[in-house]
Amino acid sequence: MDSQPKQSDDLRAGFTASLVVAASVGAYGSVLGLLAAQKGLTWYQLLIMNLSVFAGSAQFVMIDMWLPPLPIVEITLAVLVINMRYLLIGASLSPLFKGTSLGHRFLFMHLVADENWAITMARFHKQTISTWFLLGGGLCVQLAWCSGTMLGHRLGAVIVDPERYGLDFSFVAVFTALVFSFWKGRRDLLPWLVAALVAVGSEALLPGKWYIVCGGVAGALAAALRETGPSRGQSDD
Amino acid sequence: MTDETLVWLAIGAAALVTYGLRISGLLLAARLPKTGRFKTFMDALPGTILLSLIVPAAVAAGPIGWLATLATGLCSCKTGNVFLSMVVGVAIVALGRWWGL
Repeated sequence: MDSQPKQSDDLRAGFTASLVVAASVGAYGSVLGLLAAQKGLTWYQLLIMNLSVFAGSAQFVMIDMWLPPLPIVEITLAVLVINMRYLLIGASLSPLFKGTSLGHRFLFMHLVADENWAITMARFHKQTISTWFLLGGGLCVQLAWCSGTMLGHRLGAVIVDPERYGLDFSFVAVFTALVFSFWKGRRDLLPWLVAALVAVGSEALLPGKWYIVCGGVAGALAAALRETGPSRGQSDD
Repeated sequence: MTDETLVWLAIGAAALVTYGLRISGLLLAARLPKTGRFKTFMDALPGTILLSLIVPAAVAAGPIGWLATLATGLCSCKTGNVFLSMVVGVAIVALGRWWGL
């Protein structure tokens, strides 16, 4: 019966926890806005793309390929490859969505981005939270993403040379800062080493963003396969 | 087809594909086993995906990028402050470029 305040509490907590990462999303978005303006996208086309696709790196690749006549099949395939990780991200969220209705899942999954997913999972490891925390983060990230891209699109002249200010690095920096919340101890060393090596190797060998899926799956496989060793019974959580 | 139609088709297809992946990940996970090796696999995924996102980009960023990544990681471990750690990393890259490294 007191689920209503709990929901809004979680929504607010998720929003607040994502404010930090939203700063980098906004900066990153302003770069996308700049590029999109140069490719001739109108502000409302970009806004609709933000609201409906809502995936940073995929949108960057879309804008990169945005030359008339639009290669729709190639663009769609590229988006599929880059966003393949959302299959895994979606699957990893299933403990959080436990006990929720199908409609709830369909509604809440749209606003899942790398950033609010990472923050939600990190928090979920420590305390009990609901899907409203995830949604709050999604709203925060979406707001920052739209503001940043619109700002970049409108005031293109402000950041003439984003690379000069290291803004292109903000993506790496924010994920580096986040990844340590997933470190659970020395038993993660092997999976993480495998993930890093496979990611670097497949990035060199394969086109597109396959390396994200390859590295992630290889690292997690390393963790799972090690479990077959004799007398590893205590390792289950 | 007009240019405008193509624009909406491209955006619509990208949106459908992305949403399709998000929702099917969640829906398929509900039909998969939740114990043993598969659970270990799923538990390890968030960290390993995030790491796979970072490492190639960090490697490609050159010596200044390596230094910035290291500093960001150390700062994050010591302080637990994501924003501060990010600012440290971006500032190092910006300074490095300013000095022409």
